[in-house]
Amino acid sequence: MINLIKLITITAFLLCANLSFADSIKLAVTTSFNNSGLSDVLLPKIKSDTGLNIKLLVVGTGQALRLGAAGDVDAILVHSKRAEQKFVADGYGSHRREIMYNDFVIIGPRFDPANVSDAKSVVEALTLINKAATPFISRGDDSGTHKMEVKLWDLSDFNPENFGDWYKSVGAGMGASLNISASMGAYTISDRASWLNFKNKSELKILFADDELLFNQYSFIPINPNRHQHVQYKLAEELEKWLTSDTAKSAINSYEIDGQSLFKYNAKQE
Amino acid sequence: MFPLLAENLVVEFQGKHILGPINLKIEKGDLAVILGPNGSGKTSLLKALHGILKLKLGTVRWSCSKTESIGNQMFVFQTPIMLRRSVFENLTYPLLLRKIPTAEANHRATQWLDRIDLRSSMQVPATRISGGEKQKLALARALITEPEMLFLDEPCASLDGKTTFEIESLLQSCLADGTTIMMSTHDIGQAKRLAKNIYFLNKGALESIQSAETFFIKPLSQNASKFIAGDIVE
Amino acid sequence: MNDLWNGVVQALILIYTFDSDLIEISLRSLQVTLSALVISCIIALPLAAVLTIKRFKFRRFMIALLNALMGLPPVVVGLLVYIVLSRSGPFGVLDLLYTTTAMIIAQTIIITPLITSIAHQSLRELWSEYHDLLISMNTSHKQRIKTLLWDARRALLTASLAGFGRAIGEVGAIMIVGGNIDNATRVLTTAIALETSKGDFALALALGFILILITISLNLGTHWLSKTESEGRW
Repeated sequence: MINLIKLITITAFLLCANLSFADSIKLAVTTSFNNSGLSDVLLPKIKSDTGLNIKLLVVGTGQALRLGAAGDVDAILVHSKRAEQKFVADGYGSHRREIMYNDFVIIGPRFDPANVSDAKSVVEALTLINKAATPFISRGDDSGTHKMEVKLWDLSDFNPENFGDWYKSVGAGMGASLNISASMGAYTISDRASWLNFKNKSELKILFADDELLFNQYSFIPINPNRHQHVQYKLAEELEKWLTSDTAKSAINSYEIDGQSLFKYNAKQE
Repeated sequence: MFPLLAENLVVEFQGKHILGPINLKIEKGDLAVILGPNGSGKTSLLKALHGILKLKLGTVRWSCSKTESIGNQMFVFQTPIMLRRSVFENLTYPLLLRKIPTAEANHRATQWLDRIDLRSSMQVPATRISGGEKQKLALARALITEPEMLFLDEPCASLDGKTTFEIESLLQSCLADGTTIMMSTHDIGQAKRLAKNIYFLNKGALESIQSAETFFIKPLSQNASKFIAGDIVE
Repeated sequence: MNDLWNGVVQALILIYTFDSDLIEISLRSLQVTLSALVISCIIALPLAAVLTIKRFKFRRFMIALLNALMGLPPVVVGLLVYIVLSRSGPFGVLDLLYTTTAMIIAQTIIITPLITSIAHQSLRELWSEYHDLLISMNTSHKQRIKTLLWDARRALLTASLAGFGRAIGEVGAIMIVGGNIDNATRVLTTAIALETSKGDFALALALGFILILITISLNLGTHWLSKTESEGRW
């Protein structure tokens, strides 16, 4: 009987065994990066060019920063400049390397009750939404997108804390937020890439875009090895090298959905 | 192991006095029958002597070491307790508990199966055989380890004549083989047929200890007379 | 409704073409859940047996606690396991976070109280049946546990299947400690969550139907193998 128990226990642990032979690096990225579909294109290329096996954790920017600070990942790729700068200043990240950008767009119901499509600037668009008090979905999850949204309300002289019931903070990722917007016929802010790749567009469409303020920069930050000795700093450096290479440049710039280019590579060579 | 001595045995249950004080002595080779009306404490006395009921006062002592006495007595309950296994597996169970090799256990079990005439039901789940068959099985299971002492609590209480006869024959034969038996019954006829000594119990008190012949001719206790006559004893 | 139909069609296509991604995450789901199940049973079943037969001071409290732990929200367990396994946490050096091992740990914690509780209920019933007999036969604690576990095996199987069901459908805890990493820790439930968040309801439903199919097949297969419902078995 004892032997049987031993056998079962050993089998159980064998079942749990994680055998990995390639070099692995844990990278936390934002949901918007993943939902755009770009990671599905880049990862295999990275694997074949460098041999690196990237373990991708798709979380909100807030969680990515948290994981980086705890040393649970080796590097992060997020899009929230101020939070990133603080992250590096606090010593969690070794440095910040800009890789590419895309833009945010305002999504809303086709029949556009707030007349956002007539707006000439994003500030005007948000003012119209506030005036019409039409349902608006906010990420509410401290992500890069959420921080962008809050910044824009601020620039338009509004404080979301004082908004009425039409403003709904859902605390969810990009996809989930778009789902809710679709089923409610609400307005929301999304990054263009996630929107184009989203498969449940329903009655929604892009109603406003192309204001400079909607610019969305993605940066790569390796975790500081002085803070966490165990992180794979060398592998992170290799990954950064690839991300700032010409191969990456052409892969990123040529990535399209429905004939539309999503990201623009803007890494500066050092 | 013998004699078994009980001194000033008292049993209480939830504050109520059930039995005693009782003094008795069981010798080897006895077939002692505890006779008495329902509720007199027969089951409690048997369980107390077997050691599975806590005493409030007094002692129960075997004339040997504790380990020797524990392994050598068996109890057959009024309602037979069947293991949820086959008839055959119920029989081998006590032997396997004692680490007797499987081959021998199987052999002994087969012999007993024939003795109680349950060979045809050997793979049947024991919970599914008739009441009489269960009781025979329980008795066989108790005897298969060849105990020196056997306790039985109203073993034939709900059985038909044929099964009662089979069980009584089994008891007679194992008595002849050297097993000492102590059993309870409220069936006077059974007491007459089997007993060597009669212990008459009423309302928790041991009113008389007599040999079987003298008990039925001249019972020492008045209640015993009433009981034998078929009157209700209060 | 269109999504439902698309989901069914996609599920059939994925199965028919032996889609490699599907096979990978399905096998991983089974690997994680079955491992957690085995480990949980090794802990839960003997624990349930011990709780049944041993009387010790905090027994009632432990039983009540176990029943309460059944209601542990899985996502909270996930969060706690994450904090413990995090690099900044006490067991960070083991580097277990974002591995299937971490997922197995979380699921084991979630289902062990459930299996223990259900098993304990069944064993308690059986013990009340066997109590007098096993004590009379002077069985050791170990022997009692073995007898109870074996004789109650069908009920224990049900308890395990309940644990399996809870684990295979779990998503909150394993999302946090596993990270839903493609080709490493993605399983059926986390994939469903991901596809749902991408708005691809058809694929999410397809995966969902396949998950249901796996669960039902496993349950049916287990019952068929152990012939639980056939005649003559209890």
